[in-house]
Parts: sequence; C-alpha cells; structure tokens
Amino acid sequence: MAWSHQDKTAIVGIGATDYYVRGKSWPRTINDMAAEAIMNACADAGISHKQIDGFAYYSTAGAGYLDKFDTASLMETLGMPHISYSATLTSGGGGCPGAIGLATAGLMNEDCTYTVTLMALQQLPQHRLGVVFGASAPNPENSFLQPSGLVGPGHLMSMLTRRHMHLYGTKPEALKEIVQATRANTHNRPKAVRRNPLSDEEYWGSPMLADPLRRLDFCLETDGAVAVITTTMDRAKDCRHKPAVVHACAHGGQREWGRAFAWMGMPDPHFASSGHKFTADRVWAQSGLKAQDMDVALIYDHFSPMVLMQLEDYGFCEKGEGSDYVLSGKIRYDAATGGKVNGGVPVNTHGGNLNEAYIIGMTHIVEGVEQVRGTAINQVKDAEFALVSGGPASLPVSSLILRRA
Amino acid sequence: MSYGPARALPGDQIKITTNPDTEPFWEAAKEHKLTACQCGDCGKFRMPPTPVCPECGSRKKDWPALPGTATVFSYVVCNKNPKNGEDYIYVPIVVDLDGAPGARLNANVSGCNAEDVTIGMKVTVDWTPIQDGWVLPNFKKA
Ligand SMILES: [Zn+2]
Repeated sequence: MAWSHQDKTAIVGIGATDYYVRGKSWPRTINDMAAEAIMNACADAGISHKQIDGFAYYSTAGAGYLDKFDTASLMETLGMPHISYSATLTSGGGGCPGAIGLATAGLMNEDCTYTVTLMALQQLPQHRLGVVFGASAPNPENSFLQPSGLVGPGHLMSMLTRRHMHLYGTKPEALKEIVQATRANTHNRPKAVRRNPLSDEEYWGSPMLADPLRRLDFCLETDGAVAVITTTMDRAKDCRHKPAVVHACAHGGQREWGRAFAWMGMPDPHFASSGHKFTADRVWAQSGLKAQDMDVALIYDHFSPMVLMQLEDYGFCEKGEGSDYVLSGKIRYDAATGGKVNGGVPVNTHGGNLNEAYIIGMTHIVEGVEQVRGTAINQVKDAEFALVSGGPASLPVSSLILRRA
Repeated sequence: MSYGPARALPGDQIKITTNPDTEPFWEAAKEHKLTACQCGDCGKFRMPPTPVCPECGSRKKDWPALPGTATVFSYVVCNKNPKNGEDYIYVPIVVDLDGAPGARLNANVSGCNAEDVTIGMKVTVDWTPIQDGWVLPNFKKA
C-alpha cells in the first residue's frame, strides 16, 4: 500500500561547510559549523534561517560522537523566534535518511513549516570515532564485547565480512572494486578529500587494520557540517530550486539484527548482512518500486563491505551474490552512457564516505537531492529516483527514496 | 598472510562492570565455571543476560554449567594492542557455546597461529584474570 505521506514533503535546501581532515576544523566550534551549514541550506532554499521552526535530528541528536545538538542553543545562536517541533531518532548514523521521515511527521502533523536535519562533526583527539567503542567506559552490556579488543566499528564489521566471505565466497577483489569505483567519482569534485585515482597496487598495499579489512576499506575521518531543509510540497513551490520530493521513507529494523555488531548474536543470514532488509522492504512497499527502478543509489559506506551487503538487502542482487554483482561493474558511474554501466545502478556518484567526506550520512542525502534536481556534478541522465540509505549499525537503520518533481 | 601465534590481550588492561542481571555470569566465571543465561520457564538461552526472556517474557533465570567448549562462528585478525598501539597479534572471535543454543560470546583465541583460525574450529574455554579480581572467558584451540 502506498505511503500516506508519499510526495507530500520535499527537501528544498542543502548546505554545508568545507570538509576538513579529522581535527583540522579547530578553532571553529561545532555550533559555528552547524550554524554555517543551516544558513547555507536556508539560502539555498531561498528562506531566512529565522523561518526554521522544526528540528528533526538523528543519532540521538548527537553532533559527532560525544557532542550533542541542543535546539535551544541553536535558537540562541541563530535567533529563530520560536520552535514548534524538536525530535530525534535514536541510536547512530543508521537513522540519517530516516530523519527526513521524522521531519515529514512534524510537517504533516502541522507542528512546523520548515524543518532542519543536520550533522556536525569535529573529531578532536578525545572524540575520535575510530576508537569510540574501545575508549568508552565499560558498562554491563559492553563488558561482553569490549574485552575482546574489537575497539572500533571497522573491527566489528570485519567480523561480519569474514562470515560473508565464508558463506558466499565473497572476494577481497569485490571490496577493492567498491573503493575504486567510488573513488573514480571524486576526480572532478573540488571539496572531496580523496581525489586521486586508486591503483590496484595502492589498494593491496593498504595495511590490514582488522583482517579481512584494510585501511582503505575504512571511511574517511572528516570534520564539517551539513544541513538540509524539509518542507511541505505547497511551500516547496516557492523555494529557489526544484524540490527533491520525499517519495518513501522508513526507519527501524528487526530483532534478529538488533544491536548488531555491538551484540554479535545475529543468526544467519542476518549476521552477514547490513540489517537493512526490513526498511528496504518497507520503502519498496511504500513506493511500489524495486531496486532496479532506482536511477542512482547513495549507499552509506562507512566500510566497503557494507555497500556490498546493502546491495543484497535492497535487492540490487540476490543474497550472497554481492561480490559477483560488484565485480561486473554495475556500481560504476560512466558519464559517457548517462551513468549506468552493464545494466546496473550507479552507486555513490559523490564518492561517498570512503572518498569524498564522512559527515555521518548527510552527504548522501545532499547527493540524492542534487541528482533529482538534475544539478549533480556526476549527473545520472534524467534521474527520477534516488535511493539514500543510513549506516548499517544498531537499530534504527533507515531508507529514503527521493523523486524528481 | 602470516601472522604467527595468536595471543589473548593482557588481562591487566581489561576492565568490566556488572549489574544484577549479568553478575551471576561473572561470579561463575570467577570460579572458572562457564555458564549462560537460560530462561527458567521456556529454556531458551540469551547472551548477554537481560532482565526478561525475549521469547516468553519470564523473569526466571537459570545459570546451568556448560561444557566449556564452543565453535568459532567468525573471527578477525588484529595486529595492534588497542591500549597502547604496540604490535600485538590477537584474534577476536564470536563463538557459539556448546550446550547453550543461541548463546554467543565474544572473546580472544590462542593456542594456534592467527592465520590458522577458521570458522567452525572447535575451541575450549581458557580463563584470563582481569582487573578488580574478575575472570574473563577466553578460548584456546581445542
Ligand atoms: Zn522464556
């Protein structure tokens, strides 16, 4: 059954700061970067930032992993006269595109008129995400994980990758292809952190941080902020750009995934997956579409194997066939063909978290908006539908389909 | 890839905390007894221990003595001590516990080279003293 809020709201503004290598944004403060991103997104929409009256966060309103957004502080900084909606999805980056559904809930309830969703990230030495699990104080729950020395998300996802390789014969070459195919999309992007083409030699020479994953399978560590503005379709008509219509959006997941790699109790076949099957099935049911109907897929790529497992969970290929799918070139973007290669769907035309910047998923929303506006740097010809996914992690994870107006 | 012997991480750098739901597991470990949280009504296992059985809703818990053997479900080879960054070969494993279907533990394995660890490998519990007098179940190749 079609989603009752289908095509009722749209993303009308996108804004960002520069992207900085981890720690290099200092002496800017995190609220300074958040304010710049919000003001840029409002300027892009053609509204004043003082018209913002809703906040729809994700990641438990986290700004990075130790800082927190606070709506009152942001009002104090930016001078919005009143706020009538302030809400967050729980857990972490899995909820990123789901926050647009949260924004839609506020807008459809007539609680608010212009809603901002944002992330700002500043990884000062004490805030480094890469060691966040190992550095956190022991608690009764993580005392069943932390002593094993699985100190960062990459170590944890390596455990899932090994199982996937065991069950399905997934090849390391497929992980290399994911990193190389998306790296090939940044050579023409001035803001991207990694722009040089990636040779086989450089990939294979990348050190094993948690065998079977190499450093280049891990995403960038970036500082910066990104914000997007969501509003109702009637208001969207008065904004500066063609609206990116919110066609389907879901967050959540199932018990067999649960706390995922912070738990490690997932039965097969959920263990070697991205945990996205539940929300994938929901957005397909909401829209009547399927993976092959997408013109571009912006797939959260904190770690290269999670792209492969999401391709399976969303149905771009069958479960266990991600390796062959990727190696057939189907995730590549080719400007000469209008985008698609070998009957596939281009993935992460912006370079993703692995190559462009890592702002906990927000860059994927921005690219989805630019693709359906028709203004992307690596534009897929006549792109009508863009899929955006949130980070495979503890529930909720989330999924969003944007549609050309 | 050739790594050499897999070692458990040093116990003196490991700290845990407990709560009333998890403490029976750790108290048994102190006496070198491997247990897992079992529902006192429906008999299903769950780990880590949680207050309510997710199958039937019961609050009754049993802590049966397990054989102390397990099977490697997946593993990762790591090469730096997370505490100080020094070279250190250790292999985090996820194991299925024998005698407790559905219950898993995360641990380190030793008793073989890191490159020789395989999924499906049989392992047996190996107790590591850690901070504050607690004892951690790690595993050795059987
Ligand atoms: Zn029960």
